[in-house]
Amino acid sequence: MENQNKAPIYEALKTYRQKRIVPFDVPGHKMGRGNPELTDFLGKECMTVDVNSSKPLDNLCHPVSVIKEAEQIAADAFGCKNAFFIVNGTTAAVQAMVLAVAKRGEKIIMPRNVHRSAINALILGGAVPVYVNPGVNKELGIPLGMRYEDVEKAIKENPDAKAVFVNNPTYYGVCSDIKRIADLAHENGMYLLADEAHGTHFYFADGMPVAGMHAGADMAAVSMHKSGGSLTQSSFLLTSDTVNEGYIRQIINLMQTTSGSYLLMSSLDISRRNLALHGKEIFEKVKSYAEYMRSEINDIGGYYAFSKELCDGGAFYDFDVTKLSIHTRDIGLAGIEVYDILRDSYGIQIEFGDIGNILAYVSIGDRELYLDRLIGALNDIKRIYQKDKTGMLDHEYINPIVKMSPQEAFYGNKKSVPIEKSAGKISGEFVMCYPPGIPILAPGEQITEEILAYIKYAGEKGCFLTGTEDLEIKNIMILEN
Amino acid sequence: MELWFTENHSDSVRFSIRVDEHLYTAETDYQRIDVFQSLEFGKLLALDGYVMITEKDEFIYHDMIVHVPMAVKKDVKNVLVIGAGDGGTIRELCRYNTIEHIDLVEIDEKVVEVCKEYFPSMTVSLDDKRVDIHYADGLRFVRRKINEYDLIIVDSTDPFGPGEGLFTKEFYGNCYNALTENGVLVNQHESPFYINDAKAMCAAHERISSVFPLHRVYQAHIPTYASGHWLFGFASKGLDPLKDLDEDYWNNLGIRTKYYNTELHKGCFALPNYVIDMIKNGLEGEY
Repeated sequence: MENQNKAPIYEALKTYRQKRIVPFDVPGHKMGRGNPELTDFLGKECMTVDVNSSKPLDNLCHPVSVIKEAEQIAADAFGCKNAFFIVNGTTAAVQAMVLAVAKRGEKIIMPRNVHRSAINALILGGAVPVYVNPGVNKELGIPLGMRYEDVEKAIKENPDAKAVFVNNPTYYGVCSDIKRIADLAHENGMYLLADEAHGTHFYFADGMPVAGMHAGADMAAVSMHKSGGSLTQSSFLLTSDTVNEGYIRQIINLMQTTSGSYLLMSSLDISRRNLALHGKEIFEKVKSYAEYMRSEINDIGGYYAFSKELCDGGAFYDFDVTKLSIHTRDIGLAGIEVYDILRDSYGIQIEFGDIGNILAYVSIGDRELYLDRLIGALNDIKRIYQKDKTGMLDHEYINPIVKMSPQEAFYGNKKSVPIEKSAGKISGEFVMCYPPGIPILAPGEQITEEILAYIKYAGEKGCFLTGTEDLEIKNIMILEN
Repeated sequence: MELWFTENHSDSVRFSIRVDEHLYTAETDYQRIDVFQSLEFGKLLALDGYVMITEKDEFIYHDMIVHVPMAVKKDVKNVLVIGAGDGGTIRELCRYNTIEHIDLVEIDEKVVEVCKEYFPSMTVSLDDKRVDIHYADGLRFVRRKINEYDLIIVDSTDPFGPGEGLFTKEFYGNCYNALTENGVLVNQHESPFYINDAKAMCAAHERISSVFPLHRVYQAHIPTYASGHWLFGFASKGLDPLKDLDEDYWNNLGIRTKYYNTELHKGCFALPNYVIDMIKNGLEGEY
């Protein structure tokens, strides 16, 4: 624990700055002097540490000194063998996990409600998904985690699969029984990969669902920039001694930048130190914020801020109580409508709204006044906008019909057709609402009337639809023949 | 030796009062509290360096925030006052025998304690048996109230400190819910003169208007507030501050006031053109 006081990259940057090195290297702004307008905007302190890899600062692609040391301290903090600094977003960490364990044509077992980055990795590497239907809570209309029995069945039917991929937790905070699933995967010679984009705090807080690496995962992608407090796009890939460190770094280097940002790396270093030293208190506070808001919002009536009472030992195995997920359909409003009203009429930006729910991201950066502003606004929205809920779509998850692998479909012969005429065809691209970025359609899946109706409804309610080549989502690429 | 208390009324305008003694200072969870003995204005209370009240001109503010609504809505029984830990608003309210109950919601207990010690003439009615003091956040307190108050007075600080939540649409919406059928909301409405105050004034007007069917602005001259030209807001579910004013009723109550009278009541809703324009069209093109 003693070494957690250190922050080697941060310290190296401070020393580097003090030495007033004359920069005849990139970046060309040369510590901000070449771009006064940007320096004025971001601050001089910031610009002077936006520097290049060099001997005193190490090299992210091949770390031998301060980055290596920082990575080892991070691994100790998370309780795993290795930690890799990632500056291309958790997307890069997720992709590295997938690409590292499953080659072209090899199978990987995953829930369909994965983030698009996981399916993107299948397009890149050619691995084939075996989807496990996530459980669905009918009342809330959200996909949950994977039931142990469903994973067991998928493993039995696909004994040649290379890995099992688990969201720990989902965007809404729902966890699978990752520990038993990890044991099961290992008994069958498969890797266990954890997408912990929303689970950084599991490693540092008390009373949280079990963290992936502590449950026996072989790798975990951890979005330090979400609950961990680092800068957007910075992340960790954690690995155990069951995978080859050198090989994993090669995989990361296939796609990650060779100009790793020291702003991002120092933010990871400082944030890791902060969590290791103060994580317990920080997340106690976050938990108390979320619990306070949950109880106040449930008192308003009509809204349902759900929590551990939904735990069922199966697809809703555990819940992250720092997540404030609120079901809104019973007041007659889609989550996305509440999301828009909060921003447009109350000046409150929340994380996302879907068909039936909103998610407000609660963190250490919150102020108590703001908690009450959100509660007060929800109270007022109910007063003004509450209506009958009949006619509202209630499901958020449609079982996909997979016709070919994502890679085959993405690189296949495609043509563009009007989306309303695409039923029955095989999609050559993604369609999703962002956030949360979980595909409604992925390449290789059959388009159905039900899916089209859902996309239309989501668009009408104001969801931000993305994924297709056509930015207006009027046309979709389908596979020819 | 000269001691001066200085408040920035804008980035480039200062307002100074010569003081004799710095009587009290404390930093609470919410704000910094200071009490000065001044030569011209008597004792002065400052929160976060802004003048809240002085002994010499507090009567203007408290008369205008209380007697204007009370002369319009005659059947006020239950009142909610938010802010106002200095007690001046409560003192004026307690002069009405028709009022049965007053909830005072002040976030900072220390303000009440300090005012009781240094401003006894303002806090005289805080011990009135009709008054319940709640040390709580106003936004949080009002959220749970439905159809309960005939009058809500928002006696807040500026929207740049602990008073921020009391200038939001959600707060006004929750107040609407907390008011009875013909209820009235009166608030401290900032000043139209310096740009930052004017922005807050326009934002408050826009938000209150989006919640209440009727919203009128009225003015008073308060020497120690920025520019001296200060506004109040009168919002209701239907009662009109001029058409529903009952002069005879109020004058027969026999309440002696130093600033307010019913002629002034009729005049204070008449606004300068630039303020009318600002309220109607916002600040666009103005600055």
